[in-house]
Amino acid sequence: MPFTDSLRERIDLIVSGSETRQSALIPVLREIQNEFGYLSNESMEETARILGIPPSSVQNVATFYTMFFRKPVGEHVIWLCRTLSCALRGAEHVEHYMCERLGVKTGGTTTDGKITLMEAECLASCGTAPVMLVDDKLEENLTKEKVDRLIEGLRKG
Amino acid sequence: MPELRILRTYVDVPDSHTIGSYISRGGYTALPKALGMKPDEIIETIKKAGLRGRGGAGFPTGVKWGFIQRDSKKPIYLCCNADESEPGSFKDREILERDPHQMLEGIIIGCYTINSHKSYIYIRGEMPYGAGIIEGAIREAYEKGYLGKNILSSGFDLDVVLFRGAGAYICGEETGLLESIEGKNGEPRPKPPFPAQIGLFGCPTIINNVETLACVPHIINRGPEWFSSIGIPKNTGTKIYGLCGNVNKPGLYELPLGIRLRDLIDEYGEGIPGGRSVKAVSPGGSSAAVLSADELNITMDFDSLAAAGSMLGTAGVTVMDDSTCMVRVAQNLAHFYRDESCGQCVQCREGTWWLEKMLTNIEEGKGRMEHIDTLLDACYQMRGTTICALADGCAMPIESIVKKFRHEFEEHVRLGRCPFERKTLGEWM
Ligand SMILES: Cc1cc2nc3c(=O)[nH]c(=O)nc-3n(C[C@H](O)[C@H](O)[C@H](O)COP(=O)(O)O)c2cc1C
Ligand code: SF4
Ligand code: FES
Repeated sequence: MPFTDSLRERIDLIVSGSETRQSALIPVLREIQNEFGYLSNESMEETARILGIPPSSVQNVATFYTMFFRKPVGEHVIWLCRTLSCALRGAEHVEHYMCERLGVKTGGTTTDGKITLMEAECLASCGTAPVMLVDDKLEENLTKEKVDRLIEGLRKG
Repeated sequence: MPELRILRTYVDVPDSHTIGSYISRGGYTALPKALGMKPDEIIETIKKAGLRGRGGAGFPTGVKWGFIQRDSKKPIYLCCNADESEPGSFKDREILERDPHQMLEGIIIGCYTINSHKSYIYIRGEMPYGAGIIEGAIREAYEKGYLGKNILSSGFDLDVVLFRGAGAYICGEETGLLESIEGKNGEPRPKPPFPAQIGLFGCPTIINNVETLACVPHIINRGPEWFSSIGIPKNTGTKIYGLCGNVNKPGLYELPLGIRLRDLIDEYGEGIPGGRSVKAVSPGGSSAAVLSADELNITMDFDSLAAAGSMLGTAGVTVMDDSTCMVRVAQNLAHFYRDESCGQCVQCREGTWWLEKMLTNIEEGKGRMEHIDTLLDACYQMRGTTICALADGCAMPIESIVKKFRHEFEEHVRLGRCPFERKTLGEWM
């Protein structure tokens, strides 16, 4: 997937606003993932070329941070919190229920390519547990009904 | 007793995140005052107020700011730590989303004090909504002339940049955060040198927590005596306590430092659901040693919790009721730290992995009695020997759980299975 002119412009803008070329890397990878949904080997190589940094350094960073995907994911990504406060309020049940409803294992994508279910560590919303991040939106105080409604919405959307 | 709200006063008001709302209630009036003070005067004021860092360690903020050599030839940076990822903590997110200008005003005052002209706000990648709010707040502050060149005609210039993380707890550790801004893996640096000498891009740097910085304009406006009159000696001001887990009314409560843990749970959290009782409490984010039900009279401040072998940390309080399997709790936490270890130190990389494996074995009934002491030994090996405090943050809660709830571990081994009926940590309502 070649970088479009508009993506190149956005990358150049990030680079020009960064103190070093290396320090543009994380914002640039975020931008590329926004565009393509994940970071392919080609995009990472292109990133290394644009920033003038070693490809290994790009690979390293893309592997270190959990929100970077190196394989295609669903149209929508769900990050379900598994950590203690959510677990005390039923996160394991939520996970089980969602896997069943979606027909996937955690980490997997529905066969229609719509939804990827990921496990998250504490999302800083323990007071309204259990919670999950659905794309850019935090969903709190999850109930079965709420989960059903959300999945329905994503499938249609 | 109602809360004593300073930082949370307006969080329930519509549009409280906007600069208009903030200014209408006296926001950005501390800034001109501060710009009229000498940096040393501001440092003295913050010291006198007794403000201690709200990011976990409770280090005196005025002292930290004093470490910066203000006439440095290199640029000086202030980084606001908005990575909030400590399990049980959710206080910074509210400030970021609901009333961010108090933090931004604190950043500007802090930068003026340490002679910094560039500041980064490092927000975790999983806070897209908060990131949008902060972007808006920064834009508003530029438009009103609180950021940019010659702020309020004082001759002081400052740029503030939002930096979004991409998912890594370790980037909340202050030097992991710096590495991340530099475009690298968030691998903490050995200290010394401390960031105040060699920090971001090799330059002098101060890192402060969101809540710490949000306190600053209030102190400048109302005076250090006012701030230090709240709380108890050496632990002054209010603290935003987060209450979660098995309580009837989880949520955030802003109260003076030094409130009794029992009152927090019973009065504000309205007790435990289903008529159950408390078994254990994690008082300060998951990295703090766990307290048992007979320790609830402790007061929630830096020094009392340290004296009890735990810590106030982020004051995120997780309550576990008497139906909770403590082996599972330890296993859940070990999983978190294993997941989040950056892997630089062998003791941490292997220790967290090994603890999770041992705890899983015990939970599944495959453990032996001698494994219980091996767990304690492993925790001991992880403490005080690594580059950063993540390893300690894993060892401390697990060691305390094994010590205080040893009988549960023994019962798992004796029965060859988990003695609890429920096969999960909690129930889903
Ligand atoms: C593993 C680890 C994670 C941390 N995460 C955070 C965090 O998310 N937010 C934060 O403010 N401080 C965090 N800290 C503490 C910071 O290193 C640092 O002490 C703090 O930001 C300083 O701010 P303060 O002096 O205002 O408290 C963490 C520390 C460790 C060891
Ligand atoms: S203690 Fe753990 S997280 Fe900290 S630097 Fe060492 S390996 Fe990384
Ligand atoms: S444990 Fe799930 S949000 Fe904190």
